[in-house]
Parts: sequence; structure tokens; C-alpha cells
Amino acid sequence: MKPAERRLLQELPTLRRHMASSGVLALLGAVLVVAQASLLAALLADGFDGHLAPGTALAALGGVLALRAALAWARGMLAQRAAADAKRALRERITGRLRDTGPLKLASRPRGETATLLTRGLDALDPYVTGYLPTMTAAVVVPATIVAWLLGTDWSSALVIMLTLPLIPVFGALVGMHTAQRTARQWTLLSRLGGHFTDVIAGLPTLRAFGRAEHQTRVVREMADAHRRATMRTLRVAFLSSFVLETVATLSVALVAVPVGLRLLGGHTDLHTALTVLFLAPEAYLPLRAAGAAFHDGAEGVTVAEKVFALLDEAPPALRAADRRTPPDARTAPLRLAQVTVRHPGRAAPAVDRFSLDVRPGEHIALTGPSGAGKSTLLALLLGFVTPESGRVTVGGTDLALLDPDAWRAQVAWVPQHPHLFAASVADNIRLGRPAASDTEVRRAARAAFADGFIDALPQGYDTRLGERGTGLSAGQRQRLALARAFCKDAPVLLLDEPTAHLDADSEAAVTRATVRLMHGRTAIVVAHRTSLLPHADRVITIAAGRPAPQQPAPAEGPVRS
Amino acid sequence: MTATPTPRPAPASAPPPRRGDALAPRAGDAGAPAPGDVAPAAPGDAGVPHPGDARTQYAAGARTQHPTARLLGHLLPHWRRLLPAALAAAGSELASAALMATAAWLITRAAQQPPITAVSLAIVAVRALALGRGALRYSDRLLGHDGVLRAVAHFRARVYEALVPLAPAGSPAFRSGDLLTRLLDDVDAVQDLLLRVLFPLASAAAVAAATTGVTAALLPQAGLLQGTLLVVAGLLVPFLVLTVSRQAGHAHKAARAELADLTLDLTQGAADLAAYGAGHAAATRAHHAAGRIAVLERRGALTTSLAGAAVLLLQGAATLGVTWLALRAHAAGTLPAVHITVLAVLALVSFETLTALPAAARRYADIRARAGRLACLFDTPPPVTEPAAPAQLPADGQLGVDITGLRVRHHPGVPPVLDGVTLRLLPGRRTVLLGASGSGKSTLIAALMRFVDYEAGSVRVAGRELREAAGTDVRRVITGMTQDAHVFHTTIRANLLLARPDARDTDLCEAARRARLLEWIESLPDGWETVLGEDGAAMSGGQRRRLLLARALLADPPVLVLDEPTEGLDPHTASAVLSDLLDATRGRTTLLVTHEQAGLSAADRIVTLDDGRIRPADPPLA
Repeated sequence: MKPAERRLLQELPTLRRHMASSGVLALLGAVLVVAQASLLAALLADGFDGHLAPGTALAALGGVLALRAALAWARGMLAQRAAADAKRALRERITGRLRDTGPLKLASRPRGETATLLTRGLDALDPYVTGYLPTMTAAVVVPATIVAWLLGTDWSSALVIMLTLPLIPVFGALVGMHTAQRTARQWTLLSRLGGHFTDVIAGLPTLRAFGRAEHQTRVVREMADAHRRATMRTLRVAFLSSFVLETVATLSVALVAVPVGLRLLGGHTDLHTALTVLFLAPEAYLPLRAAGAAFHDGAEGVTVAEKVFALLDEAPPALRAADRRTPPDARTAPLRLAQVTVRHPGRAAPAVDRFSLDVRPGEHIALTGPSGAGKSTLLALLLGFVTPESGRVTVGGTDLALLDPDAWRAQVAWVPQHPHLFAASVADNIRLGRPAASDTEVRRAARAAFADGFIDALPQGYDTRLGERGTGLSAGQRQRLALARAFCKDAPVLLLDEPTAHLDADSEAAVTRATVRLMHGRTAIVVAHRTSLLPHADRVITIAAGRPAPQQPAPAEGPVRS
Repeated sequence: MTATPTPRPAPASAPPPRRGDALAPRAGDAGAPAPGDVAPAAPGDAGVPHPGDARTQYAAGARTQHPTARLLGHLLPHWRRLLPAALAAAGSELASAALMATAAWLITRAAQQPPITAVSLAIVAVRALALGRGALRYSDRLLGHDGVLRAVAHFRARVYEALVPLAPAGSPAFRSGDLLTRLLDDVDAVQDLLLRVLFPLASAAAVAAATTGVTAALLPQAGLLQGTLLVVAGLLVPFLVLTVSRQAGHAHKAARAELADLTLDLTQGAADLAAYGAGHAAATRAHHAAGRIAVLERRGALTTSLAGAAVLLLQGAATLGVTWLALRAHAAGTLPAVHITVLAVLALVSFETLTALPAAARRYADIRARAGRLACLFDTPPPVTEPAAPAQLPADGQLGVDITGLRVRHHPGVPPVLDGVTLRLLPGRRTVLLGASGSGKSTLIAALMRFVDYEAGSVRVAGRELREAAGTDVRRVITGMTQDAHVFHTTIRANLLLARPDARDTDLCEAARRARLLEWIESLPDGWETVLGEDGAAMSGGQRRRLLLARALLADPPVLVLDEPTEGLDPHTASAVLSDLLDATRGRTTLLVTHEQAGLSAADRIVTLDDGRIRPADPPLA
């Protein structure tokens, strides 16, 4: 059992219960199989002797058959419910843990990766839970029950089955090992050939750009053919395991049926026993054959489990809110960065390098500098999204790392460069920071951010649904919506990341007026690239390569301008 | 590439590919599958009357075929390989049924204690069938997979051909890795349709028909009973499963889409949620969505597991009924004693292969959805209409581009991305186009390369309107490094040669040198033969950009376009790459699109794209 599989069973009690219940159901099923075989054999043996079966015998057999069907229904239903519960538990754990991962790390992941894992990805657990797990228990319980029964009825047949049954896993493992070696040797080739199609499709825009798309049609076919030949080479060996499985299973039926027939000829046994043995022999092998077929499902389920656990283990649980201090009131507490250094993973140069800054309550500071200079990182520091490698960020003298982050952020309104639109109405997007805000307050915030104009023009106004599947907005509209969010939140500290980027001249003037109004009476740190906001700042700090730059940069020289 | 090229000529059944051929039913190609062929293949499909969307899709237009029928159309050319595989599959199941029936006969006959010669043939038959079953199963699986993989190879080529005119603007799969993965997964629907639906169905049909035939020969009324129950279990039950899973599918889909949306909000919007203290509420909403999915799945479990039970119940009814009929016939003296057991066993085994069908039906519900998406793909009109009689474009020399009043809209009904763009790319000059993300810079490049059409305005090269020339000719003149430029999972050499297959080694070295990549390539142990990882994962971001730049320089088009060549690089590397790039393109018509402002001092001209229009650039700050 792989570690991920063991952990899956350890951490999800519903799966342990499922294993236990499917064991019990398998046992019941085996008992019913034995009953069915014995009753049918009796019915047929009596008929052979010329006695027409009594109604009770028929009714008993009918009852057993109906019970088997009911049991199959229960088995299927319980298995699917276990799968649903297991997936729900994993989904809730993942969504619950996302907050601990940290926004910057989440944003750096491929878009939609987690969403895919949570929906389609986890579905690979279905065959694992409904197929693989129950067959694994059944493969032990059912043959044991049947052999035990046969030992009492016809020990020589039981012996044949007992001797041949272990051949299946043994041969299966031998063939499996051999296949694994061969596949491992062919793996690079196989994955390269198999991946070719993906590669070519992903690169199709490039192929077209260089006029090579038509040429590749032939290559796609050739590679797919080469992939087929390589796959078939592997399959010729891999299918040997199913060959062994089927042959052992069917051969054993012959090994049981022929001697029993010969003993009948000699008068050493009776027809009832012989038929019971004939009916039961294949049933003993059935779960093992099913297990062989479900093996692949098991492997896929484990792969998903590994992905899930990798995601869950990624984020160490953060300090709980209870261990953190309540932040001081930002209306009176100064903000301070002291010799702060931040390095992004995988980058040699620090994003912020021994940077110091004191911000008095109510002060307005503009940060300028080329993109990538570390301006946005400074805002992320003040929000507690990144922790400094060295140096301290303090609020009223207390280290930000010791404060309850939610309580601190409650005093901050942030307008990011690329605000996210949530899959909710425009109004709900605006009241993100204050869910209790009334419609009037939402509209007032939108008006203040000069967003009311375009919102009113939307198909359903403030009720228009935004987000992935909803209405898209232009960059400037997003920006104004984010400003409306900040207005609505009405927090004492403002962190604005280029609030007037993406805006045309008219909107820029309007939004500048709105922003200046918003900044009034609040502490504000504004990243401003080329903006009319600069004159409204108490201080302008230019940053280059994570350090405060010496005063005004030399004007750029040279290029001819149109 | 390492694979040995296929010497085998293309099979006669594959005519030269033309878009559309693969889709429309062809008269000479066995045409659209005959209803009789399809009926056993897919319950609820063409053959079986079905009130649902199958009929509405047929009604939608005479040319519109059912998606599964279209998928089957792609399989027809391979019938020579698929038929033996299906026969072998049926053969191995038949062998298994025959083994049980013969063994039952042997045992019952032996109970009459005849001389051994009376049963010796049966003994041989039992042993032969036992041995043969494994061999048949082995060959069925090999033949089946070989045929399926051949069909898949053929189908992949068709999908590729359908995608060519759509790349990159015509299909969202080129914009989202997730959708691309899904598309590739959909392509495998062919494989699943054969291995998980059609082959099991063929085996089940063969076993049911053969066993019922034998039963009917021994005792006609038993044959009738068994046949009726088999039809119910083999057709009606899977059909109901299909209907139920399709209905459940809609509710599930909505619940899943909701969870996916909420998860996307939780991941992509994590910063906004944290800053606005809304993280807990969003996580709670996602929990509720997960809960709703679980409730739907638990509810669905009640009905879906009924199907398996129903088949077992029908099997039981058949066994009981046939046995009773046989016993009665024997008592009446019309049936030899030996046949009672044989009939009972035949009734039992005739259902064995049917137990796989409810699962196949569930699988088919999914395959249908995938086939439907593929059909949509095949039906997507290309975003650019090619002219019927393309005008010739000059292929070399120093060319300029005149863009006047260009208007481009991604979809009808949405505001245009570019509206009134007027820009002149002077011959031999390097123009830098600045603009915030989302301002339409990449759309302008796509319009120049004829990946998207323009609805108003004009783009002229050497006085010729681009729209009047063939797209491939335009891209011979205007090409370069697009934003979605791909590094192929092959050698560095092959990655570069793509741009100019006839380039000599000296050309390669020169392009690499100018992109400042040569040193790195020569430092690698395998040099030019180094295989690059999936999408260039083994390289750093800067090396990847330089490789793409070298490729664009090697292509050496009269008009070179470079879209965001420094995207994703740290500021230091970005400005190094930018200034190298401006150096390397000195004296050639170049359009460089970027949002970086540093490192542009060598440009001949800088303009800004803003709100769909060109305006003179602001002075850069650094």
C-alpha cells in the first residue's frame, strides 16, 4: 500500500467504514452465492431424478436470487455514497486550507489548476472507492467462504481451487514485474510519442506563425503510429497477466468439472454435489478477476490522493487568530518599515532591499519608479502578504507578524493593480469588505469611484453577475470597481497600486478627484507611475531595484517620438 | 525525432485530407453509418427511437449528424481491423459460456453412468474451451488495442487538421491550458467509445444471441422467455441508465461549475479576499457547494446502483423461469433429462456479459458529451476567411506596413478591442508599441498575422491589402515571436529549424549569437541536440525568451513582430533582453510590443496603444 493510500484510509473515516461494510457485504454475497448454487443444484438433481420441484424449493431459490439483487443494489449505493462523502471531505479540506497558502503563492499557480483538481480531478476517486476498495476485500472474503463450504461438500474440488487460486496473484505479480521493467525501458519513448500530440496542439499557433502547420499533419500521424507500435510492444507483455488470469480461472473449472464428471461415472459422488461444485468453482475466481481489472483504477485513485495531499501539505498552518495580538488603531499608530529585505522565490536579486520608511498617521506618500522596482512588494509587506527576510514592519511599534492579520487588514483598504472580479453580482463585488453595506451605500461608493456610469449601463445594473462565466469588464472598469470597494470599506489606511492605470484622460481626471477625496483624512500610500496624483502627495519616494533612488532620475534620451 | 518513420504508404481508405471531408458523410466511404449498424452500438442513438436531444439535433439541419455518429464515421475506415477484434472479444465470451454449458452437460450425462466413450468428446471439449478462452481473450485484447490505436492515430490527425485554421484565436483551447487538456481528453473519446462501449456491447450481443439460439433449439418457450429478459436487461436497462445519467448530468454540471467558480475566486482572488476580510465567507460558500455536490451524488447513488441489481434480478428470473419450464417439459416427457441442466446453465451464463452494460451506458453518457464538444470544434468556422483568389505579396525586400483605421472585435456584439488604430511601420525602422495589459497590443499583432480578421480599416503591405492575400503568404511576410510562442519538446536545433527548415548551421549559429544564446547552447553537454523539456521547462525564463527570439530572427521575415519578448522576466534580465533585441533588429522593419518602459532608448520610434487607439508615448520614467 502506497503512503498516500494509507493516509487516505487513515484520514477519511468514511473510507474505513466503507472497507468494513464492503467486507461484510462481500461475506453476505458469498453466502448467497453458495445458497444459490446449492439450491439450484438440488432443484436440477431432483428434476433429473424425475421429481418435479416443490413450490417451496422454487420460492427459496427465487428468494435467494432476489436477495442477491438487493445486496448488489446496497453494495453499489453504499460504495457511491462513500465516494461522495470522501470527495466532499477532501474538497472541504482543500478549500479550507487555501487561505493558509497565502495569496501570492496561489496567484503564481497555473490558473484553474486547483479548480480542476477539485472538480474533475477528484472524480478519479470514484472508481477507486466504488471499484478498487470493495474488490480488494471481496478478493479475500469470497474465495475463502466458497473454499470453506466446498471443503465440507467435496474436498478434492476444494483442494484444486485452493491450489490454483494463489497462482493468479503469483503469476500476475511475475508478469507485472516483467512488464514494469519493459515499460520502464520504453517509458521515455512512450511518453515522448504520446506527448507529441499535446505538444503539437499547444504549439499550433507557433507552427502557423512559421508556416509549418500543414507539414505537421503527416508527422502527427507518424508519431501516433509510432506510439501505437511502441504501445503494442508493451501491451503484448502486459496482457500476458490477463492471459494467465483467465487461463488459470477457466482451466480450474475444467480441472474441477472433468474429475467430478469421472467420479459421477464411477458412482462415487452424486449429481447435486457435482452441480454445486460446477456452479461454485467460477465464483471463487470471479473476485480475483475483478481485482485485476480494478487495479488500474486503484493506481489512478492513489495518484489523485497524492496530488491532494501535496496541496494540503504545501501550506503550514498559520498562527491561529487567538495567538495574535489585536492591532493598534491605525488612525493614531504610525507605520514603519525598518531595513526590510524581501526576496521572491527563485530570484537572486531581492525585490526590496534594506528599505526603511516611516509613515505618520494621515500622511500621503506616493511611490514611483520603474515596473519591477519593488513598489507593489512594499504594499504586499504592509498587507502582511509577504514576510520580510530581514527587517521589521511595525504598526504603532508592534511587529506586524505578531498581529492578527484579519484584524489588521480590516483597517486597510487595498486597490490592487489587477483586481479580481468575483463570481457574484456587481453590488456584492463592491461590498466585499463590508457585506452588510446597504444598496444605497454601495451606490454611493460606486458614484464616488466614478463607476456608477458603466454599472448602470450593464444589462442588469448592480445585479449583473461578474466573474469567469459572467460579464467581463475592461481594465479601467475593473479598476474603478476596486476603488468603489475601497470607498465602501471606508478604512483608515489606503494602499493604492496605480489606481489610474488603464484609464483614458477623462476618467483619469475623474478618478484622481475621487481618490484625492478618498485619501482625505486617511493614511495613504499610493503607487503612482505616471499620474496626476503626484501633486497630492506629501512625499514622493522614487524606488529603483528595491532601494530608494537618489532624487529625480535623469530624463530618458534619444528616441524619436511620434 | 527518435521514432522510425513509417515506410508504409497511407491506407487507401484515407483520401487527401480536406477540412470538411472528415465531417460530412461521404458516399463512397460507407457513408453515414446505417441506422442498423448504430442501433446496437449505442442505446438512445440513431437506431433506437429517442425523444431527447438526439432527434432535435437531427432536426437542426440535414447536414447535422449526431455527434456519436460522426465519431463512428471516423472509425469506419478501420473496420477491417476493428471487426476481427470485436469477433475475438465475442469469441472469448462465447468460449466461456460454452465451457459452462458443456461442463454442465458432461456432469449430467455422467450421472446417467454411460460408458466413458459417451462423454469423452465432452471432456476434450471442456479442456479445449478452458485453454482456448485465455488465448482468445489475449488475442482479443491485442487486436482490439491495435485497431483502436490505429483509429486514434487517424482521428488525431483529423482533429489536428480541424484545429489548424482555428489556432490561436478560433478556439479557447489555445488560451487556456485547462481547456487544452480537456480537448485532448475529449479526443480520447474515440478510444473509450470502442473499448468501453462498442466491444462490450458486441460481446454481450453475441453471447446473448448464441445462448438464446441454443436454448430455443432445445426448448422454444424457454428461448422466448430468456430472449425477452435479455432484451430488457441488455437494451432497456442501459437505456434507462443513459437517460438518468444524462438528467443527473445537468444538475451535477451546474453544481460543479459553481464549485469551480468559487475555487477560482478562492485562488485567483485570494489577495482581494484576504485584504477585504472576505476569505472566510468565500471558503464557507465553497464548502456549501461541495456539500451540494455530495448531496446530488448521494441521491444519484440510489438510482444508478439499481441498474446492476436489475440485471441480476432479470438473470435470476430467467434462470428460475427457464429451469421451471425445463423441469415441466421433462416431466411431460418432451425434454431429455440432460437438457434440464444445460438449459439452466445457459440461462445463467447468457447474462454474464450483460452485467458490464450499465457501466458502459454511464460511460457513454460522458462520451456523448465529449463527442458533442468535438463536433462543435469541427463545426467552428475559422476566425479568418481566406480569399478565393489570393493576391500575391512580395516575399522579400524592405517592406513597410500601413495600418489605417483598424477595427477588430473578438466576438460580434462585444465592444471592439481595437478601434481606429492608425500606425505606419516604416521600412527598416524599429517601432516600439507600448500599452497596458489588455490594451489590445496582442490583438494588433494577431490582426497583422491574419490570426484574427478586421472588420473595418485596412492593413497594407507594399500597397496590397492583407485581407486579399492568403494567410500563409501574409505570415511569410509578417511573423516573429507571438506571446503564446511555444518551445517544443524536441532538440534546440529542431526548435529553431522550425522557423526556416532549410537553414544552414551557420544561419543557426548567427541567429543564436544575435539572440545572445549561442554561448549557452555551446556550454550544454549535448549542444544543439539538447532536448528541451515540456514547454522549455529546463530553461530559465531568459533563455526561453532568447530561444524564441533566435527562432524569430532565423525566420528573417520582411516584417518582424515581437510580442512581449520580456514578459515574466525580472527587470534586470528584461532590460538586457530588450536592448539586445533592439540591437539585433537594427535595420529591419520591426514591431516590438511591450509594457516595459526601461531599455527602449535604442528604438527608432515609440508609440502607445491606449483604449484601442494609438497615441504618442509618454516619456519613460527611467
